[in-house]
Amino acid sequence: MVEWSETERSIITNIFSNLDYNDIGPKALVRCLIVYPWTQRYFASFGNLYNAEAISNNPQVAAHGIRVLHGLDRALKNMDNIKATYAELSVLHSEKLHVDPDNFKLLSDCLTIVVAGKMGSAFTPEIQATFQKFLAVVVSALGRQYH
Amino acid sequence: MLSKKEKDLIKEIWERLTPVAAEIGADALLRMFASYPGTKTYFSHLDISPNSSHLLSHGKKIVLAIAEGAQDISQLTVTLAPLQTLHAYQLRVDPTNFKLLSHSMLVSLACYLGDEFTPVAHAAMDKYLSAFAAVLAEKYR
Repeated sequence: MVEWSETERSIITNIFSNLDYNDIGPKALVRCLIVYPWTQRYFASFGNLYNAEAISNNPQVAAHGIRVLHGLDRALKNMDNIKATYAELSVLHSEKLHVDPDNFKLLSDCLTIVVAGKMGSAFTPEIQATFQKFLAVVVSALGRQYH
Repeated sequence: MLSKKEKDLIKEIWERLTPVAAEIGADALLRMFASYPGTKTYFSHLDISPNSSHLLSHGKKIVLAIAEGAQDISQLTVTLAPLQTLHAYQLRVDPTNFKLLSHSMLVSLACYLGDEFTPVAHAAMDKYLSAFAAVLAEKYR
């Protein structure tokens, strides 16, 4: 089981309580689709993804980015049992959405960079390490039910 | 594959960062050491605590090499030849670690440049650092 110190818990809680989901969610997904264009394969129904500008202005991408970011709330509320919390979502991503689990890491790296851009020097190496630990646990839980 | 636009963008960003090479380099290294403790094993001979002179000079060295490569990306193999030899025969850093430093460098850039580190700039930078790492590891075997 993953151990969280009091410091780590408060770092994670602080980051999320200061996050504007409507801003960060879209930015993270937009960045993922631009930096790793092959991830666009899962969004064929989202319309115009032809270039960076189109992706940045695509309302479906934005809405989906917000939804995905809110998905992290589950982990936030159940930090001591993230694996079980995401069992259902893991099955969904595997059986229904057929998403290659490697993509979870790509999105999580983009989210880290968007949060870094927002927080600037306040996103210290220690805070980054804790945030990345949290995302790694979520990523692992999401890939857990694949077979 | 880097377009001409991307090469120009990368060159311009690193030119601007050259005056703060030590700061950026040290920041990236500290981030890498914090997130990936295994990377510290390559630095047992140096003082890598925050603000140490070793950390700053080493960070500067790394950023200046990356900036030099950015001056003419098409000549990367020529520019990096001495560093290729150094890494292959002396340092022998496992190449997986290049990815870890690259990611840490991208986070440093995001913190330093804020909104200016647009998705397009990020994409170009990620591609450049991947190419840089690949060239660096070319003489390994």
